[in-house]
Amino acid sequence: MNSRWSKPVLFLLCTLPFCVLVYNGFTNNLTANPIKEITHFTGEWALRFLLITLSITPLRKITRKNALIRFRRMLGLFAFFYACLHFSTYLVLDQFFDWNEIVLDVAKRPYITVGFSAFVLLIPLAVTSTNKMAQRLGNNWRRLHSLIYPIAVLVIFHYLWLVKADILPPVIYGLILCLLLVLRWPGLKLGKRPVLRHT
Amino acid sequence: MLLKTPDLIKPSEITDKQLYLNRRRFIRAGAQYGMAGALLNTVSLTGALAGTKLSTVRNDEYSTDEELTPYDAVTSYNNFYEFGTHKSDPSENSGKFKPQPWSVVVDGECMKPGTYAYEDIIKPHQLEERIYRLRCVEAWSMVIPWVGIPLADVLKRFEPTSDAKYVAFTTVMRPEEMPGMRRKVLDWPYREGLRIDEAMHPLTLLTVGLYGEVLPNQNGAPIRLVVPWKYGFKSIKSIVRIQFKRKTPRTSWNMSAPQEYGFYSNVNPEVDHPRWSQGKERRIGEFFKRETLMFNGYADQVASLYSGMDLRKNY
Repeated sequence: MNSRWSKPVLFLLCTLPFCVLVYNGFTNNLTANPIKEITHFTGEWALRFLLITLSITPLRKITRKNALIRFRRMLGLFAFFYACLHFSTYLVLDQFFDWNEIVLDVAKRPYITVGFSAFVLLIPLAVTSTNKMAQRLGNNWRRLHSLIYPIAVLVIFHYLWLVKADILPPVIYGLILCLLLVLRWPGLKLGKRPVLRHT
Repeated sequence: MLLKTPDLIKPSEITDKQLYLNRRRFIRAGAQYGMAGALLNTVSLTGALAGTKLSTVRNDEYSTDEELTPYDAVTSYNNFYEFGTHKSDPSENSGKFKPQPWSVVVDGECMKPGTYAYEDIIKPHQLEERIYRLRCVEAWSMVIPWVGIPLADVLKRFEPTSDAKYVAFTTVMRPEEMPGMRRKVLDWPYREGLRIDEAMHPLTLLTVGLYGEVLPNQNGAPIRLVVPWKYGFKSIKSIVRIQFKRKTPRTSWNMSAPQEYGFYSNVNPEVDHPRWSQGKERRIGEFFKRETLMFNGYADQVASLYSGMDLRKNY
């Protein structure tokens, strides 16, 4: 995990869904309605990377492997990368810059309102993800980046409110998010106590 | 206030003019289509497997000349939740489904209830090919060459009484052949319904094929409805029961989300789905969205069915 290769390898792994998407695009494997398929695919991966990013802290506590923190920023940026693909698919392929329709969507369709808000809130987090920005912002950096929690909740509702009848997938992702949030509860002493006893 | 005076003659005692005229036409047609009937026999003998060619007569009066949606798209991009909720599930998971032998139970307010074999329903009629637009409630659309019989011609054989104000349809329930039924995404079996005048409308097609061939399983084999001016989910698949009713039948999507899916569910660009716009649609295979047409472009034929009705209320 501490190898200098671990980060580049993880980077390549994170691009894998994108490669699959491009491959499926060139081999005509994106269903009869490719635009909808690309939208769902990129949206689902943005959510998955958001949850993977949120799992780093509890995983660190449980495994007591602090080195995991090295990967968190990259994972978060990949969540943003897939969210960008998702949003641009909507903007370019789905609506083709039909601003009237887009404004109506954001204003009138609750699932788009929350999805759009989540995307907009991700932008300052991505912009301030550099070391320099973190230093400059000091304590505010931590406060700013705790936006990830409401963002994740918004994304779950975005998914939940768009499905017609099969709510199982968004409910599963929602439960995973709940678990990741509960594991952060300060009262929960995940694997830390034994360490303290030994010292 | 509207006061109702009792009728001197009970409505049930009057034979609908349309009905007896049709009965005559039906007898005439029976003689005319004797030859076609012989041809159709060969179809039923092969067991009506998907892909079997059907002998049809093109009905141009009710067909659009728009570009057809490719066969592969029509048969791989389906909503048929009994086989799963992803669009590819029906084509991937319907291999075990046995569409033959098949029979349909007919009951309720009619003179000829009973269990009818697939062949007995189809055989007396000339199959027609009709190219219809299909508009899904999810804002995508296709153009499909269906093969079928006007539903009215079949329903009249069951002699509905004047109490038959509605027709209810039920989809087959075979969890062992339909893996999507293991989860209760909808309250199985799938149910749909039409007002009797909608069911008797010449556009309403009892469908057994597409692209000149027997229906593939994922498209609702062996017998389904196609109601082109309503959202796709009204066109119920794999029908096993037809019931004539006095009252509005319960329908699956309406039971699932009554504020989103009404009984009528006519294609209407002016009445949005509560969660998305119905003003535009993406024709499968096209990049730019197109405007959705009132009654899916069939307003000239069907608008009169709803004159005086508030379509915002009766969505």
